[in-house]
Amino acid sequence: MKYILMMNGTKAGFAEYAKWSKKDMEANVAFMHAFNKQLKEEGVFVAAEGLGWPDQAKLVRAGKDGTPITDGVFPESKEFLAGYWIIDVESPEQAYKIAARASAAPGPGGTSGSMPIEVRQVLGGHSDLGL
Amino acid sequence: MTAQASDFTIEYLLRELTPQVLGIVARRFRDFAAAEDAVQEASLAAAMRWPRDGLPENPRAWLTQVAFRRMIDQIRSESARRLRESEAAMEVEQFGAPLDAARESEQDDTLILLFMCCHPALTPASAIALTLRAVGGLTTAEIAHAFLVPEATMAQRISRSKQSIKESGIAFEMPTGKEREQRLRAVLHVLYLIFNEGYTSSVGAQLRRGDLSQEAIRLTRIMRKLQPDDAEVAGLLALMLLTDARRLARTSADGELIPLAKQDRALWDREQIAEGVALLSATLPKGSVGPYQLQAAIAAVHDEAARAEETDWPQILALYELLRRMSDNPMVMLNHAIAASMVHGATKGLELLDALQEDARVADHHRLDAARAHLLELAGDIDAAARHYRSAAAKTANLPERNFLLAQAARLSG
Repeated sequence: MKYILMMNGTKAGFAEYAKWSKKDMEANVAFMHAFNKQLKEEGVFVAAEGLGWPDQAKLVRAGKDGTPITDGVFPESKEFLAGYWIIDVESPEQAYKIAARASAAPGPGGTSGSMPIEVRQVLGGHSDLGL
Repeated sequence: MTAQASDFTIEYLLRELTPQVLGIVARRFRDFAAAEDAVQEASLAAAMRWPRDGLPENPRAWLTQVAFRRMIDQIRSESARRLRESEAAMEVEQFGAPLDAARESEQDDTLILLFMCCHPALTPASAIALTLRAVGGLTTAEIAHAFLVPEATMAQRISRSKQSIKESGIAFEMPTGKEREQRLRAVLHVLYLIFNEGYTSSVGAQLRRGDLSQEAIRLTRIMRKLQPDDAEVAGLLALMLLTDARRLARTSADGELIPLAKQDRALWDREQIAEGVALLSATLPKGSVGPYQLQAAIAAVHDEAARAEETDWPQILALYELLRRMSDNPMVMLNHAIAASMVHGATKGLELLDALQEDARVADHHRLDAARAHLLELAGDIDAAARHYRSAAAKTANLPERNFLLAQAARLSG
């Protein structure tokens, strides 16, 4: 079963991240590299991506004739997806364990970030016949 | 013969030969993990060369020879690294050229391979991947494609499975007595899971040719040849044939699910139904009836009804009664409740579902909500039925199923 693990943050959260020290930033990046590598070695990795920051985010709607109407003004409280992993595991518990590992990524000052990870199942075509 | 047809023949030949060659190599070198890699490499080499150069006179000997060479190269480089002594490399020569012998143990080899790949020490996903590669002769890329994961991820999964086998110290030999019986059940379960994956998937699960359920049927046919007197092996094969026979009727052109009662039965594969029924009829009288045979018998009753209204529900209910006594599976109880409602009315079925609500294994399962919705609709409680269809839709992880359940709710609310 596949799960998506999502890191979300508010604009303020992103702005804070931008102020991290070089050392903290490097530790975080190194953690993410190592974590992705582990997921690959464990045979559960499907995909992982980091997204551009909310400054660049646009809401797009179809206008007349389908022309795009863009809007970039968001309330401060809105949460933005910062990045995600998709993993293929054998149980929800295994997905939660992996999410907890992602959540423990180092934060500023070498503290454990304990960032919240949203875990959602990816729908597939598979279903058990039930024997 | 067209080029394409000859590619097709080569692929099938390779897949048939894979477990045989692997058996010979694993037996000779007593290292399943390395042998499995060597055989996969030999097979890939053959897939490149045979279409170009034509089939060798003895394809099996060719593959064995190439796999042997890989093994020896690997041992040489390892021992060179470790020992830096020429003696060790000399010793390797003792393995000598492969003979196309060992025919008498070929059947045993395939069975031992299945026992290894489906070992209970492995998780289901690992066992499935390893079985498809080592016994099914599929490439890592094909398996990865079927399960919609990157090839590197599948390669890691397979390599970790082999590592687990190595660490568990499972020898390449035939288990005996009670152990053998347990391992046989484990093999059947893995084959069942492969079938299930292929049958219920609307996305993925497609191999380059055919799909996972056809591959599961092929492997179960092999298993049946190896264990012709095992009634449950026959039962599993019959179950697969009788279920797969409905494949074309099971979804619409847009991939929408069509429930059994609404399927166009003209689309059912009569030949496959006949084969499944014949197999089951030959097996059931032998006496040792197990869960796969009973499931197959239930599938056969459905398949033999010319119209949904003609389904022999009392017969199906009786079979579920037997099955229920044999296994403590909540899904069996759930299906039993549905059969009971078809015979004794929806109220009886709903009572049985109430009892299941206490079972933690299934209390939060979408199937329970879906079954309840169905029975509530039959009982005329339309609002509650719609509510339970929606609740089931929120819980399922299967997209076509969710669409189906939402459509049911919408139909009742409209």
